[in-house]
Amino acid sequence: MTVTDKTAPESRAMTRPHAATRPGLRDRLARWDVKVSPYLYVAPFFIVFAIVGMFPLLYTAYVSLFSWKAGDDNPDFIGLDNFKELFADTQFWHALENTVSIFLLSSVPQLIIAVLLAAVLTLRLRGATSWRVGILLPYAASLVALGIIFANLFGPRYGLVNGVLQTLGLSPVDWQANRFASHIAIAIMVNWRWTGYNALIVLAAMQAIPKELHEAALIDGAGTVRRFTHVTLPLLKPTLIFVTITSTIGGLQIFTEPKLFDAMPGSNNGGSTHQFQTVTLYLYQTAFENFNLGYASAIAWVLFLIIVVIALINYFVTGRLAGRRR
Amino acid sequence: MSLRARAAQLGKPRKATYGVLTVFVLGSLFPFYWSFLVASRDNGMLTERIPPLLPGGNFFANAARVFDTVPFWRALGNSIIVSGTVTLTTVLFSSLAGFAFAKLRFRGRNGLFVFIVVTLAVPTQLGIIPLFIAMSKLGWAGGLQSVIVPNLVTAFGVFWMRQYTVDALPYELIEAARMDGCSMIRIFWNVCLPAVRPAAAILAMFTFMTSWNDFLWPLVVLDAGNPTVQVALEKLQSGYYVDYSLVLAGTTLATIPILIVFLLLGRQIVAGIMQGAVKG
Repeated sequence: MTVTDKTAPESRAMTRPHAATRPGLRDRLARWDVKVSPYLYVAPFFIVFAIVGMFPLLYTAYVSLFSWKAGDDNPDFIGLDNFKELFADTQFWHALENTVSIFLLSSVPQLIIAVLLAAVLTLRLRGATSWRVGILLPYAASLVALGIIFANLFGPRYGLVNGVLQTLGLSPVDWQANRFASHIAIAIMVNWRWTGYNALIVLAAMQAIPKELHEAALIDGAGTVRRFTHVTLPLLKPTLIFVTITSTIGGLQIFTEPKLFDAMPGSNNGGSTHQFQTVTLYLYQTAFENFNLGYASAIAWVLFLIIVVIALINYFVTGRLAGRRR
Repeated sequence: MSLRARAAQLGKPRKATYGVLTVFVLGSLFPFYWSFLVASRDNGMLTERIPPLLPGGNFFANAARVFDTVPFWRALGNSIIVSGTVTLTTVLFSSLAGFAFAKLRFRGRNGLFVFIVVTLAVPTQLGIIPLFIAMSKLGWAGGLQSVIVPNLVTAFGVFWMRQYTVDALPYELIEAARMDGCSMIRIFWNVCLPAVRPAAAILAMFTFMTSWNDFLWPLVVLDAGNPTVQVALEKLQSGYYVDYSLVLAGTTLATIPILIVFLLLGRQIVAGIMQGAVKG
């Protein structure tokens, strides 16, 4: 994503050609208006960001240095003890494993299918817009509704998925109790909602690729697959990076799906043995069920750093994969 | 086949393509349909190995029970207030900032804009603990303002509106308005806003959908007695025994409004995504 910048003609808009000769009150007001207005217009964002972005990030770091229980007016300063405890906390590492596992199971197939789907959607389809709207439909669904619906579909006893498996002569899977199976079920939920959305973003970028490039490659004797890997993919690089980074940030914070997938509704355990408890769910449990705000803040900061690191790794890997030819 | 014939074939779909797409769209629709199916019957259907595939007649009875179990009317009202306000302010503030960044000159403009783009990467969800502490100290916890204020304007909104305003608003128009003695805010209102209306409409739809479906923060900060629709849905499901006809009647009720909005405006939303992503 580049920031387009057109600077040339703006000075014209800023000066009043006939104003310079007679400085009056009106004029001074107008000049003041020109000078101050831009700052007023951009101020709301910075005020809101300072309150809900910057302050929380810094204050979370501050809180993480205390043994801070909710409602506690004089919390004890304990330095880095929360972090020391966290690194020895098996439940945290377990939750991190779950998060990464669900993240990989969702984002990898999701992005591959999205790119292939986008390739299909670039064809000259009849009713092209209708197909696109249909593909985006899941994006409109509420996550909570979805979580509940999928928990029902993957129910161990009466779930439709197991019903179908049994009808096909296969043995039913305990989608909630089995760790890996629960990750798959949650990943399917995530993929169901986001694949179409990502496909449309990739499609938009694909349509920006000049047709002549494909025709030229065709004349050079490149088949469909070669044209896709050698023309389309490299040109999609910025978009693929964008899509990967956004799904990394979203995927590593996954919360709603595992929360609602629990057989014990309202629980934050992520299953009886925490088999699908993600880091954000553990954070929520620590803060708003056990009211241990200091420890939860430490979790939040570690998660933030992990997200930054994984997003950076993704940035380089995606760049490599898509940019082979350059 | 000759090269020219193959070039003409470039981009022509085969029949199987339509098959694949149809399967995909049916898959997209299925969970919605399933939720309505269960909501229109009773829990007995869930014990059957092969469930009935046509809706039954109990939907309204189940829906009525939703209103008895949780304050669903109140939740609907709250969601409309929250999403409506957030949408209005986000569109207004984003357009204002977009106008300033695209067309006005001021010291620090580029630096401030780059800063906004960078904040897109900060996961605000991770700030829920201090935000919760702050809301409690302000006495806002439980009130709708605690959900509205953090979402008054977004980095995405500012970025989006700026990108559009750069191309959509010619300097000549601004200059002409200034010659006529217009103040900045009048130029914004009478010249800029009409020019950027398509982008503002798309931003409005996105913001409304995102806000309507938001869950984690409202769950943290609102009480069960004064929920948004999503929080009410979650409360509907909490209990020792899950009454799926009831719960899925709730999800159906909560999904129908947004689904209708989506089906009416889907074309514009899709057009908006296509337009936004091209500027890579």
